[in-house]
Amino acid sequence: MSKGQQLLNWIDDRFPLSSMLKEHVTEYYAPKNFNFWYFFGSLAMLVLVIQIVTGIFLTMNYKPDGTLNGSGIPVAFASVEYIMRDVAGGWVIRYMHSTGASMFFVVVYLHMFRGLIYGSYKQPRELVWVFGTLIFLCLMAEAFMGYLLPWGQMSFWGAQVIVNLFASIPVIGPDLSVFIRGDFVVGDATLNRFFALHVIAVPLILLALVVAHLIALHEVGSNNPDGVEIKKQKDDKGIPLDGIPFHPYYTVKDVLGVAVFLIVFSAIVFFAPEMGGFFLEHPNFDQADPLKTPPHIAPVWYFTPFYAILRAVPSFAGTQVWGVLAMGAAVVLIAFLPWLDKSPVKSIRYRGSKFKTMLVLFIISFIGLGMLGALPSTNTRTLVAQIFSVVYFAFFLGMPFYTKNDVGTTPVPTRVTMSTPARQVRFAVLVVVTLVAATLFAKFI
Amino acid sequence: MNKTIRQLIAAVALVVPAAGAFASAEGPALEKAPINVQDTESLQRGAQIFVNNCLSCHSASAMRYNRLTEIGLTEDQIKGNLMLATDKIGEQMNVAMDKKDAKVWFGAVPPDLSVIARSRGADYLYGYLRGFYRDETRPTGWNNLVFDKVGMPHILWNWQGEQVLETVKNAEGHEEHKLKLIKAGTLTKLENGKANTAEFDKRMADLTNFMVYMAEPMQVKRQQIGYMVLLFLSLLLLPLAYFLKKEYWKDVH
Repeated sequence: MSKGQQLLNWIDDRFPLSSMLKEHVTEYYAPKNFNFWYFFGSLAMLVLVIQIVTGIFLTMNYKPDGTLNGSGIPVAFASVEYIMRDVAGGWVIRYMHSTGASMFFVVVYLHMFRGLIYGSYKQPRELVWVFGTLIFLCLMAEAFMGYLLPWGQMSFWGAQVIVNLFASIPVIGPDLSVFIRGDFVVGDATLNRFFALHVIAVPLILLALVVAHLIALHEVGSNNPDGVEIKKQKDDKGIPLDGIPFHPYYTVKDVLGVAVFLIVFSAIVFFAPEMGGFFLEHPNFDQADPLKTPPHIAPVWYFTPFYAILRAVPSFAGTQVWGVLAMGAAVVLIAFLPWLDKSPVKSIRYRGSKFKTMLVLFIISFIGLGMLGALPSTNTRTLVAQIFSVVYFAFFLGMPFYTKNDVGTTPVPTRVTMSTPARQVRFAVLVVVTLVAATLFAKFI
Repeated sequence: MNKTIRQLIAAVALVVPAAGAFASAEGPALEKAPINVQDTESLQRGAQIFVNNCLSCHSASAMRYNRLTEIGLTEDQIKGNLMLATDKIGEQMNVAMDKKDAKVWFGAVPPDLSVIARSRGADYLYGYLRGFYRDETRPTGWNNLVFDKVGMPHILWNWQGEQVLETVKNAEGHEEHKLKLIKAGTLTKLENGKANTAEFDKRMADLTNFMVYMAEPMQVKRQQIGYMVLLFLSLLLLPLAYFLKKEYWKDVH
């Protein structure tokens, strides 16, 4: 027996290392027909690691202090510029973190969309989905609190607007908002607690939820683009006929995904870190000033769909709490998808036209709301946002009705099917159509 | 129902002329600033103008003097030409002016200019620096085309001379605000009613260039490193990952 084997045995007698590796990596059988959409789970893990590692280095020089330094600049704001200029390699770490925040949402939105089109939330994966939506919720909290830390104008006023939302809750609202801020306005106390929550509290919960998400996934096994349960067709050794071991097949495939992702990521970090004002907003290079309200307060792009829903709901019975409730419901409803979807099939490939139509309307609404939420509102834009909001909720609330018995002409196969050139062309066409439509909408709204 | 449809049609009709709202903010159209952050001579001229004029009231507290070696100046040149004798080379560009006084004099504390180019953009600064005009209704006697009711006086008036705001009708009949030079400065000329502002514009471009550099001094280096990173990823990691995947997957059908 080699020394290495001896060491492994010694560990295995005390800790289930080999059996864990087998269960989760080398003998975790994943369907062999994963396509483009299946890269985003592992990419989300990659971005999480990037955020944690860069975050650790940022905390070494960042100072959560809202008081003014000798030059009249808030210490927190100045410490970010200190990182950008005087800390060796500080700028690349900071840009990786700011780009990572946005790319996290890009990757997670695409990951969630995958679940939506292939019915990955359906029985038996309900808990995988519920843990996932909790991760999404944590991510929103994490992003929101992290955005306050540079202490620029948008940091300050964005936080002011969002915390004030809580103030609209009847009876407890005003006290609740003071409790969240630790002050009557967003101030030094708010900055300090948001820093604590951003660097330790929320990341801890996030990591625990990621573990739960993966354990639940590995318990039931991965879904696939055909929505076929591969565990139903096994060979005489009990291995799914359409399954391949996660390692080495999907580890090498995910490395390819990582390589492509890193090219995109680096292109942003090194050539367009502001991403035209969408990843780093221009007004956030002005220091926070409680006495100067910016003419237009817009959240960062990944919150804009929900912000647009908030603004679209008019105040009623003397309170604006309805918009807040609608925005909350828009997020919470996602968690209930497993029970709203009554379709007998999982994948969009074998669904009928009703679901496909609703999905297209939903995508249009979601992207449309995202664009509207970034713009100052006008009467027209509010009207369009109201229409899109109705469609957004109709997609979820109508689901029990339109998915019932809504199956396509092709029956669900017993074995998974592999990618064909026709499918790839169809996919490319859909991507191009979506991009063109979004660009046209941006031009005309 | 009918009303809803009418509103929908109105919505479609209304959104069409609103094209380009994403691109343009409010305010007058801005001329593109002719800048190049790799032009170190322009940056040096800009630094000189910045230190001699802007730095009297505005700080640039994120910027250290010795950083100017990046744009081709030696420490001796910086000490001799750009700094007060009492300052040290590693110090930040701060101002001695009292903030309370400044508030009384100008109505607001002059903002720190370290990252102003990142919040306003180069075109805005270039327009602002050239946009002062005479306005007797303002306490300082000056207003600005790009920043209405600005508190700052036109400190470079002896270079630029004096402009006034004129309202003219353009070809389509819309009213347009235009600046007209009525009195030449040391860097501008007025010949037969025609203004030649090329020299002043050039200096303002240098100054804008310097402020764009100062807002992100590592930007040139950032891109240089970026090319290396992208070359490594696309010529080494990507092909390696691609062929590795292909090799492993050749028996999966």
